[in-house]
Amino acid sequence: MNMNVIEASGLGKRYGGTWALSECTLAIPAGHVAALVGPNGAGKTTLLNLAVGLAEPTAGGVTVLGGLPPGSPAALDGIAFVAQDMPVYKNLSAADMLHLTRNLNRHFDQPYARARLAELGIPLNRKAGKLSGGQQAQLALTVALARRPRLLVLDEPVAMLDPVARHDFMATVLTAAADDGVSVVLSSHVLAELERVADYLILLSRGRVQVAGEVDDLLASHRLLTGPAAEADRYSERPVVHVRRGEAQAHLLVRAAADDPVPPGWEAHPVGLEELTLAYLREPGAAALPGPGRDRTLPFETGQPSEVTR
Amino acid sequence: MDIDKGTGEGQAGVSPAGAGGGDRSTAPSGQAAAASPIEFRLDAASGVPTYLQLVHQVEHALRLGYLKPGDQLPKVRDVVASLAINPNTVLKAYRDLEVKGLAAGRPGQGTFVQATLSQVALPELTALRRSLSGWLAAADGAGLDEDGMVALFTSALRDFYEHRSGARTRGGAAGGETEGVA
Repeated sequence: MNMNVIEASGLGKRYGGTWALSECTLAIPAGHVAALVGPNGAGKTTLLNLAVGLAEPTAGGVTVLGGLPPGSPAALDGIAFVAQDMPVYKNLSAADMLHLTRNLNRHFDQPYARARLAELGIPLNRKAGKLSGGQQAQLALTVALARRPRLLVLDEPVAMLDPVARHDFMATVLTAAADDGVSVVLSSHVLAELERVADYLILLSRGRVQVAGEVDDLLASHRLLTGPAAEADRYSERPVVHVRRGEAQAHLLVRAAADDPVPPGWEAHPVGLEELTLAYLREPGAAALPGPGRDRTLPFETGQPSEVTR
Repeated sequence: MDIDKGTGEGQAGVSPAGAGGGDRSTAPSGQAAAASPIEFRLDAASGVPTYLQLVHQVEHALRLGYLKPGDQLPKVRDVVASLAINPNTVLKAYRDLEVKGLAAGRPGQGTFVQATLSQVALPELTALRRSLSGWLAAADGAGLDEDGMVALFTSALRDFYEHRSGARTRGGAAGGETEGVA
């Protein structure tokens, strides 16, 4: 299955005088749990809204599920979207929610939805507004998954949930990925959890794609070098992403493969996804994108202020 | 993602590693359909990649006799559901174990243990553990803390193997993997 679930080319969206997203070019392959990461205002929600057809692009274009226009009947059938605020109708019971969704969609797996809610211990006759936050999130997710989508889009799904509810919610999402091969694209602030959940990362910054790729490839192509601060500047020719420098010692996060030679006096360590993501978020000028000739490096000479080690 | 859907349940009665099994520290935590004798856990703070943690836990269980050839490894779906991790991570771990010759996939059933790493049967292991506990108590009584015990054990272990390989002097091949402590 070599299709792209979301493909954008020069995609841009302007609200009034502000570009929420600009020159966004990316391709998210099917069969992944892809994490969309970036600071507040980076354009994550805008990108997701464009992909599910809730907004129209100002510039460029976007297709879903292998070339379908967002919002087209085929795209709507194949995509389920759970928005940021865990949308459930507060005055409807869980049973009413299932009934409504079933009648508003062409496909709806009622037995799955009922079995899932029973498994979760969510009473069908209780009004959604009376459920706990975790249960409301699970109800919204169950309704979305019962549509048997090929792509599940989640905007900040776990931001408001406690740790247990967060774990259970992600377990439901990942089980759907394991059972039915649903592709997942989710935006998140919870970096620590991404490492376990996501196998594809897209980092958005100031409305542009800064990093995109399979997590394993990204981790294999970055190293943390630790050595004498005085020699740190020698690496200006290397693709340095981020520098943390103390008076004597410096840590450089560089793009380098595991078998690249380590300079004498320096130690190389593998990096985790959280460390990698933070490094890029702190250096909006650096980028790691797939494809030849698109690696931009951050030259030391530009005098990016380096963060001093604690 | 090509994941075996929960068949295998029928033939799942794979008997857990013999000998009472009372001291099995990794017993399934009350979850239904525990077809495998082991259950995975994750240490987020270890810095070890998730798939490697799974690989290490299987190897550890093989060494200690909790897993024997023919035992079923936890189903991918069950691991995903209980740990909330990416299915590809579990598949990667199982692929790694297959490459090492320790496990093999059976179409439509799951992944099963193929080889063993434990050189000693469970009763002997229990006896060895008991004598080690005695040593630990003595070390504790002498005022050694945990780090001290680890340091002493590691150094004694190294001496032991250096001495042994010195005594043999002919081409290694004897012990194979000597990474005993996990």
